[in-house]
Amino acid sequence: MSNMADKVLMKGNEAIAEAAILAGCRHYFGYPITPQTEIAAYMAKKMPKIGGCFLQAESEIAAINMVYGVAATGKRVMTSSSSPGIALKSEGLSYLAGADLPAFIVNVQRGGPGLGGIQPSQSDYFQATRAGGHGDFRMIVLAPASVQEMADLTVKGFALADKYRMTAMVLADGTMGQMMEPVSLDFDIEPAPAKPWATVGTKLEREHNIVNSLFLKPEELEKFNFDRYERYKYIEENEAMYEEYLVDDADVVVAAFGIAARVARSAVNEARKQGIKVGMIRPITLWPFPKAPFEKAVKHAKAFVSVELSMGQMIEDVRLATSCKVPVTLCNRAGGMIPSPEQVLEAVKKAANGGAE
Amino acid sequence: MREHKRLTVLCGHYGSGKTNVAVNLAYALKKTNERVTIADLDIVNPYFRTKDSSEDFAARGIDLICSPYANSNVDIPALPPEMYAITDDKSLTVVLDIGGDDRGALALGRLAPQIKAEQNYSMLMVINGYRPLTQDAPSTLEVMREIEQACGIPFTGLVNNSNLGVETTAQHVRDSMVYAREVERMSGIPLVLTTVKEDLCEELKGEIPDLFPLELQAKIGFSC
Repeated sequence: MSNMADKVLMKGNEAIAEAAILAGCRHYFGYPITPQTEIAAYMAKKMPKIGGCFLQAESEIAAINMVYGVAATGKRVMTSSSSPGIALKSEGLSYLAGADLPAFIVNVQRGGPGLGGIQPSQSDYFQATRAGGHGDFRMIVLAPASVQEMADLTVKGFALADKYRMTAMVLADGTMGQMMEPVSLDFDIEPAPAKPWATVGTKLEREHNIVNSLFLKPEELEKFNFDRYERYKYIEENEAMYEEYLVDDADVVVAAFGIAARVARSAVNEARKQGIKVGMIRPITLWPFPKAPFEKAVKHAKAFVSVELSMGQMIEDVRLATSCKVPVTLCNRAGGMIPSPEQVLEAVKKAANGGAE
Repeated sequence: MREHKRLTVLCGHYGSGKTNVAVNLAYALKKTNERVTIADLDIVNPYFRTKDSSEDFAARGIDLICSPYANSNVDIPALPPEMYAITDDKSLTVVLDIGGDDRGALALGRLAPQIKAEQNYSMLMVINGYRPLTQDAPSTLEVMREIEQACGIPFTGLVNNSNLGVETTAQHVRDSMVYAREVERMSGIPLVLTTVKEDLCEELKGEIPDLFPLELQAKIGFSC
């Protein structure tokens, strides 16, 4: 019915899968886990029809190492999982970083720790932005707040991964994965850049390319780390993405990403109706964390409120970005629960009153 | 509902809106039937279950047969033991909400011999042409065949539930009729209902046959 409408009705997980295919991904490796299994199911149905490869690996660890293999050949490749599954992949994420390979990863978070539950959560913020695996490395972390952004940030993620030869992760949550919204899939896809480092055969025309994360000389390994962090510095200065909502005159600024930002927006609208000057900064990249809007807002805001589906993780970045100049309080639910607009409104009112009830 | 069988079975592609149609059919049937039961036999999706409306069912006197694990953290494909009442208790009028695709239809296979033996059922395929994997008649027919093979019951009718969620307009519904008629023509299965949000009903009345207003519109996203 492509002539019927410009949009289709999709689950967030399906939007990621279709956007990845449109971005040129023809290799998907994964292992099922709720609430992201629709990504694998969609790939299983579609990849064989377009000459792509869908493979249900024997484990998450196998899947991430298959990603490593395809990434080394320069092809666009992805895996997806949910919280405990991403933990299993963390060794592979570190190896990808150590070998400077581009890859696209999706984490549709569920409640934890441990096996936890299948309801939405944002408690892998630290895992994604701080501790994706062992060693010194970063991943670009993208936080969608709608089904449309699930698709948009997937396309963006593949482009950033190729541009900087590193892993880009979409950090979504169970709500984003499961809910259905109309989506436009009309993308201008930029072709992938040339990858002269890819291991695709020398044709006896060049030296062998080597993809590896083992270095025999510590001086050499150190140099790779310093060079990599130069690149990270450039990314921090150039790739931060965020949305500002009614921040210019705000006394209280709410910080929230993903589903928390949608709840917080309702609370901000209600607070404005009641005459409270409140705004919202919604980080779209969690790494690099968008420091600039916080540095600007702290000049007039009296307090910040971090709204999270966790015990308080992003709040550390909010405190760092505001240099702890004003109080930052936490408004949260955990274990698969979602804060209500009323709860956020109460937290905003309390912050506006200097912490008093 | 002009006329109906004792059992109304709803199958379809994943995310085609089966649960929403099932709940609304149960409401409609309750107007003319004493004992209406909605049976949730979804073994695919642990979210967005008929259980979301359980308070509403209680208020309306509609019975719910549903896995105790629906909407919980127990993510297993369990079926409730009460499901045998669907075929054993002939005094019930039942709407059966089956899980998506052929994987979901497998659960129906357990009841298929009794359902077919009784010969008092409608087997309805819920279709939404705005879903990317059932955007045209051939792909929809493929899903229909897979479902029939999995559960062993042939379809008797189509429900056109084509919608774009909160953005659905009357024109979207009009446009979807071409698709629904094409599925009807290619499959030989008659289109029995076209669903529409209640607020669009007035505009489309008389224009589209067998229009079925959806009293309850399931939350498919957040309004904000």
